[in-house]
This record gives sequence, C-alpha cells and structure tokens, in this order.
Amino acid sequence: MLATIEKNITWFLACKTNDVPTNGGVCVKYNDDQIALFHFARRGEWYATQNECPHRQQMALSRGLIGSQSEEPKVACPFHKKTFSLKTGECLTGDECSIKTYEVKVEGNNVFIGVAQS
Amino acid sequence: MKIIVIGNGMVSYKFCERLVAKATAASFEITIFGEEIRPAYDRVHLSEFFSGKTADDLLMAPASWYAENNITLHTGDPIQQIDRSNKTVHSFKGITQSYDVLILATGSSAFVPPIPGVEKDGVFIYRTIEDLEMMTAYAKKAKTGAVIGGGLLGLEAAKAMIDLGITDTHVIEFAPRLMPRQIDEAGSNILKAKLQTLGLKIHTSKNTAEITGNGCIDGMLFSDDTKIEVDMLVISAGIKPRDELAKLSGLETGTRGGIVVNNKLQTTDPSIYAIGECALFEGMVYGLVAPGYEMADVVANNLTNGDKVFGAYDMSTKLKLIGVDVASFGDPFVAGDNVRSVVFEDTMKGIYKRINITGDGKQLLGGILIGDAEQYNMLLQTVKNKVVLPPNPEDVILGSRGGESDGGAGVLSLPDEAIVCSCESVTKGMICGAVTEGGCETIDAIKKCNKAGTGCGGCVPMVKDIMLHTMKAQGKYVRNVLCEHFNYSRQELFDLVKIHELKTYDEVLDHLGKGDGCELCKPPVASILASLWGEMILKKGNDTAQDSNDRFLANIQKGGTYSVVPRIPGGEITPDKLIVIGQVAKQYNLYTKITGGQRIDMFGAHLNDLPAIWEQLINAGFESGHAYGKSLRTVKSCVGSTWCRFGLHDSVSYAIRIEERYRGLRSPHKIKGGVSGCIRECAEAKSKDFGIIATEKGWNLYVCGNGGSKPQHALLLATDLDDETCIQYIDRFLMFYIKTADTLTRTATWLNKMEGGIDYLRNVVVNDSLGMSQQWEAEMQVLVDCYRCEWKEAIENPEIRKRFNHFVNAPEVKDPTVVFEEMRDQKKVRDWK
Repeated sequence: MLATIEKNITWFLACKTNDVPTNGGVCVKYNDDQIALFHFARRGEWYATQNECPHRQQMALSRGLIGSQSEEPKVACPFHKKTFSLKTGECLTGDECSIKTYEVKVEGNNVFIGVAQS
Repeated sequence: MKIIVIGNGMVSYKFCERLVAKATAASFEITIFGEEIRPAYDRVHLSEFFSGKTADDLLMAPASWYAENNITLHTGDPIQQIDRSNKTVHSFKGITQSYDVLILATGSSAFVPPIPGVEKDGVFIYRTIEDLEMMTAYAKKAKTGAVIGGGLLGLEAAKAMIDLGITDTHVIEFAPRLMPRQIDEAGSNILKAKLQTLGLKIHTSKNTAEITGNGCIDGMLFSDDTKIEVDMLVISAGIKPRDELAKLSGLETGTRGGIVVNNKLQTTDPSIYAIGECALFEGMVYGLVAPGYEMADVVANNLTNGDKVFGAYDMSTKLKLIGVDVASFGDPFVAGDNVRSVVFEDTMKGIYKRINITGDGKQLLGGILIGDAEQYNMLLQTVKNKVVLPPNPEDVILGSRGGESDGGAGVLSLPDEAIVCSCESVTKGMICGAVTEGGCETIDAIKKCNKAGTGCGGCVPMVKDIMLHTMKAQGKYVRNVLCEHFNYSRQELFDLVKIHELKTYDEVLDHLGKGDGCELCKPPVASILASLWGEMILKKGNDTAQDSNDRFLANIQKGGTYSVVPRIPGGEITPDKLIVIGQVAKQYNLYTKITGGQRIDMFGAHLNDLPAIWEQLINAGFESGHAYGKSLRTVKSCVGSTWCRFGLHDSVSYAIRIEERYRGLRSPHKIKGGVSGCIRECAEAKSKDFGIIATEKGWNLYVCGNGGSKPQHALLLATDLDDETCIQYIDRFLMFYIKTADTLTRTATWLNKMEGGIDYLRNVVVNDSLGMSQQWEAEMQVLVDCYRCEWKEAIENPEIRKRFNHFVNAPEVKDPTVVFEEMRDQKKVRDWK
C-alpha cells in the first residue's frame, strides 16, 4: 500500500478518481477499517467518513444518497435514512451518535485519505 | 439567584427549560440533583424502549444541553437532607450547597400494595429504565405474565409484556372496571373485549391475596380462592408521591402522601416549591405530565417576575393503548337532573362514545371515546371554550347524517384563545400567527416556532388542520413540494421535466431546482425520468440519484447483503427453472423463501456476487423481477380454467400477459396486480392496485385496492370487459396515476384524496372525460416497447458491473462484517441490536 506520513496523518492511496461514481460513494478498505469515500461532484468536493452507520451498526453509508441540507453536505443511510453531515460527521436527524470523518486529497487521478495516527 | 432542583424527571427538565427560556443570562445559577444515573428521560413513552428505542432516544435533552445552559447536573446523587434554617442541602455523595430557592421535583414511586410475596423474584414495578432492563432480562425465561393494575399505567405495562414476547398475560384490576378514573363501565367492557382479542386476559373485581412460589413467583392466589400460574408479575397499581424528604424537613404533607402547595406551588416554606407528581394541590396529586408541565411553567413564570397561578387542571387525556384509542375529556361521568348523555356503542367494531351535555342541549360537559378517538381534540376544545353545540348534538360524535355539513364547523369555530397544545400551552391564535407572521408552512416549522405538538404529539393533526386552513385563508396555494431543493409537487415536476425534455437528475436540478439535492428528491426525480423516457435507470449518471435498492438492482437486507427476486410472471414456473433457482441458491448459500407475490426470494447475497448470480439466472431464461423498484411487482393469479373445475377464463395466461406488459414500469410507488378466474377470487385481486376477476361475459376490473397496514378493497371500475378493452383501461389508469400521484403514494391513497373519488376516476378512464386516453395509451405503448431487462444490461456493461463491489480497492474481498447464523437448516443474518 502506498502511504506517506505527515503531521501525524497517514495518507494512503484509496483509489483512482474515476473509480468513484459522480455524486456518489464507494467503500475503501484500510487495514481492518471500512471508510466511505464520496465524490461530491456538484461542488467539486471529496469527503470521507466511517462506513458504519451508528444507528444499527450497518456497513452501508458508502451506498447512501448524498446531498445537502441548506449548505451542509450530508449522506443518508440506505437502511433508515438517518442523515449525517459529511463535514462534521454530526447526525442531522435525531440524536444518533456522530460519525468519524477523514481528510481527503486528490493528486492527479489519485485519491488519498488521511488517517490520524493513534 | 441560586436555585437548586431536587429530582431530574420530565417536570424538572421542563422547569429548567422554561426558566432558561424566560431568564436573562447569568441571572440564575441552577443546580440539579437527580437520583437516577441518567439525565431526565421521557417516561411517558417508556414502552417504546421495547420497540427499539434506546435509553438515549428517550432523553429529554442530552447531557450537553445542561452544560450549554449553565446548569450543573449531579446524576446518581440524591439529596438526603434539607437544612431549612441555613438554606442548604446535603447530598448522598457529600455535597453541601446553599440555595435561595429550592424546587422539589421528586416525582413519585410505584405504589406497591402490601400483598404477601411481593418480595419474590420475578415481581417487578414499571417505572424506570432500570426496571425495564430487569424485566427484559427476566422475560427471556418467562412464558406467562400478569400485571396488577388495570389503569392507564397498568395497561401500558401490559403492552410492555406483549412487546417482551409474553403474549399470555393477565391483567388484574381490583375495581369493577378498567381505567376506573377515566372511563365508565360500558366503555370498560368495549375496551376489555378489544384487549382480549389481542390475547390479554382481563380480570376485574379481582383482589390479589398472595403471590406464591418458592423464591421466585410461580402463581397468584386471589381472595375468591381462584388462582393462576404466572412466571412474572408487574405491579402497576398506582403512584405514591415521593414526599419523604419534605416530611423529614418538616414541610406539610397530605395524609395519603403529597407535598402540600398553594396556587403558586409554594410549600409551607415560601422559598421551597414542589412541582409534578410529588405535589398535592387542593387535595389532589396530578399523575399526568401535562399538569406537571403547567406547574413547572407557573414556577418559572413567578421566579421571573411573572404573575401566574395554578388552577384545577383539566385531566382530559387521549392515548393509544395497545393499538386501541382511549380518550376521556371534561367530566366523563357527570350525572344529575339537568344533564343528558348521548351514547353510541358498536360492539362489532369495538367503538364506544359517550358525551355529556347540558339539559338544554347547548353545552358539552365531557365524555368518553373508545376505539375511535378522532374527534377528541375538537370535542375537548368544544368543552373548554363552551362552543355552542349543533342542533343535533349527536352529530359531534356521529358526523351529520344526510345533511351536507360535517357536524360542527371544525377548527374554524374555535376562538383564538383556545389551547390546542396543552403540553406546551399553545393557543389556536399562536398557531395562526406562526403561519401569518412567522411564515411557517410545515408542521416542523411550527414546532420550531412555538413548540406546538412537541409534547405528547396528540394535537398534531389539529395543528396541521389549523395551519392549512390559515394558509388557505391567506389565499396560499397549499401543495406538497418535494423538499427544500424543489419548490414543486411531484405532478408539477413531472410535467416540467417532460416539457423541458430533461434526461438526467443533474439537468433537472439545474433547470428546476436549487442546491445539491438530497435523499428526498433524488429517488422521485429518478423515477419520473424513468417513467417518462424509459431509459436504463443506471445510465447517464442517474445511478447515484436512485435509492439504494434501485442503484444495486436488489433489496438491501439486515447486515447489508441483498435479496434476489427473478420475475416469475403470474407465478407460473417450469420444473427446470425451479431447479436453476435451487442450484443458484445452493452455490451462493442463499436463504430461499416463497414471497407473497408468488415468486421465490433468495436472501443473503453479497454485493460482489450479484452480477454472477444474475448471469446464471439470465442464462437460464430469467429476468429482473423489479422487487427493488417503485414499479410493477407481480400480477398474482389463481390457476384458472386450464385446471380448475370452477374457472371461467384462463387467468394465468392473462396475468402473464399483463405482468409482461407493465414489467419495469416506474411509478410513484410499487404496483401490484391480480387476476382471478372466477368469483371465488383465489388470487385476492381485490387487494391489489388493479384486480381483474372473470365473469361469464369477460372481466371485471377493480382498482386502487391495498393490503398493508391500511387494507382497502379495490373498487369496481368497469364490468364484463374483453381482453383488449381491459388492458386499454389499465393503460389509462396507470398513466393517470403515474402523472398525478404524490411520491410514495399508493393508488389507494391517491384515490382517497381524489375529489370525486371512484366516479371521477371512472369518468376519466372509461368515459375519457379529459380527452387524454389516446395520448396515455400511446405513451404507455412506447414504454412497453422500450422495456429491457435491467440486470441483463447491467452485467453486459463493464462500467455498471464494476460498481457491484464492496471495497473499491479490494474488489475480491466481501464485506467481512457480515455474519450468518443457522436456523431450520438455512442461514439467517445475525440480528441487529
């Protein structure tokens, strides 16, 4: 796996830009973790969050619909449509726990996800 | 000012919320001491704990709320002593703190009658989340249960027992009727009959003498020498105010419990207040949440220089007990020379209604509603505002019969000061104001504006009515827009997309919407595009606008695997094809089950396996069954005249023809059909969106039926049709539905909302009153002609096929978190928590 380390963040190569559907998500394997990666093409932005929806612990967020609530970019879990902010990970529908978010950077055709070192 | 609140229940929370809302910053220093380990939670909806809500879901506000509002919260730390002369309190954990004002919101505990044996294992009270957790653990080994108490709380506890899987439950009530404080004997009998159909065994006038068992409960003995065997017992026979701390501190308490308060909720020590279920006002303890909230409001008001007093509180209540509506309002029992009662009783449907009116028939005094409490809000307002009754007072519970008006003038007749939401004291005038001045046009907006409907939620339908009436009165066109991104109803959007010839979700958003879209507008827009142009739903970037099931052409199931449903038109399948299904299911280790629509569902397929599974199915002659789509599902059929000795026509052949005609058709919601070969109706066609039943002369066509949670029989649209005319009518009917229905509206609901109902629909479809028939038939024919199996296209297109992987960077790896267990020789997915 291609990885570089800077400021306690490990950047690893997740996939190519065209591996991710426009305005949709994919699931990325990082060791034993699952990370949902989204290409918010309408805004030219990339986001990454944990793949697990905290509501029923389902590995499904990468298959959810993305969109916005006012200005806040969000993803809706396919199971019960709980929505979470892609920026902060905060749950926007009710009191579910928030989700973890990751930094994403795109260099050329490569998409990197930054994982904080523990 | 230093305020200490003892107790952290719903009323304590409400007091803090009201005080914080009224007070200017930093003018109060609030500290709460609570006995329970959690912050205040919603005890009224405690039984929802069993239907999947977590303890966190039930919290009134998260722990962070207290910090954000500068409130110090000590949980798990009850106050043990109040030193009134020095104005300090001492807590269990050793905190000593002084106060200027002390609020007792200590609530109540369950009243446990002194029955020999109450200490045995398996005997519970029903009060806190901890009680529920202990019950849940014990219920696993219990088969039969009992509840002592047939009042409001007792019946809630009985529901909890049913939710715990103990359907064999007895309810024991000492009084001669259920809910003795709220309803009369005739009402109790109706309620009893209804609850018994749900499996509860109701015993009234029954006095428990002893709880038997060696260590744990095994039975109950009654004073009439009868006995029953039970494994578990919940005592919910009433409440006992928690006044021990007040007593210890020398405050006056009632002989049967409760801290005596005046109309400002002050105890005998003017700097100490008592609110909620621990308070005794004019000889009465109020065991409901609404008066508790009112008390909280009165105190918060007076501490912020207001001048409000607590008066005798209306104990009207409406609730759903185990699925049965029960309401009592005003004075439910009033009797006397100058009072008349009107009673309606229907033992068939389990409905009982009683209203008490003045002798002159002009004023409503109170009443009881069981089985159907739809008129509750209106009747309560009629009592409270002394609205004059219509000339035939029975109209208010029965609706006017024969005339045009609907018995009373509805929400319009209420005065502006009528309190519509009693939990939050919101008047009709405030709701109207939220619409006219606050610009609120949705229930959510009104909830945010003045909190109406945020308490028990019982008034929400009335709030909505008032909102809609106010909007209409302002000349606003009331319609259902999709979401914040599209200011159009589905019907408007459908026409606009067609006129502008838009083909992708992004084009629709750019031309007709704003923002980035969301999960509410993407699926309906994608569906409109499919209904209009019939293009493959995953092409042109529309894949990410499809709801998850459509996007992966399969139904997502618990655990994140998918189910696979090939089309089996009319339920007819050859032995060879059955063998293929068996082989595929075996090869991919899938759970198989026959569906309600005469097909075979294969569950537990990993996303990665879907293309290969479909490749095999398609090679064997199968095609997509569209079980994942808002589209035609199945056309169910009986075996028909080819085999059946009663059959009039060949229902299977006709069902196959119709299913193949409309397969893949995208619509506002799913569509189901049925064809029966004779009047015996073995295909249950009248429960479908369109049902066809053979007659001697042809087919009768029924439309807009529904199964599901609100079953409704389809209505007769046309009789004795030949094959071609029947299909022509279905073409027109479906196109009319697809073009005009709101999103996620089944045909039954669509018809229910249609002005003119089935007569209007018949005029449009059969008599072509809109002159649209030719166009609709032509449009349908285009869609029929462009049908292609989506799965075939998906597996043949490498770009689409590559999306069927769990990991983008490890396509060969399946989701490792999926865990299966075995059950009856097949697999099942591990249950979620």
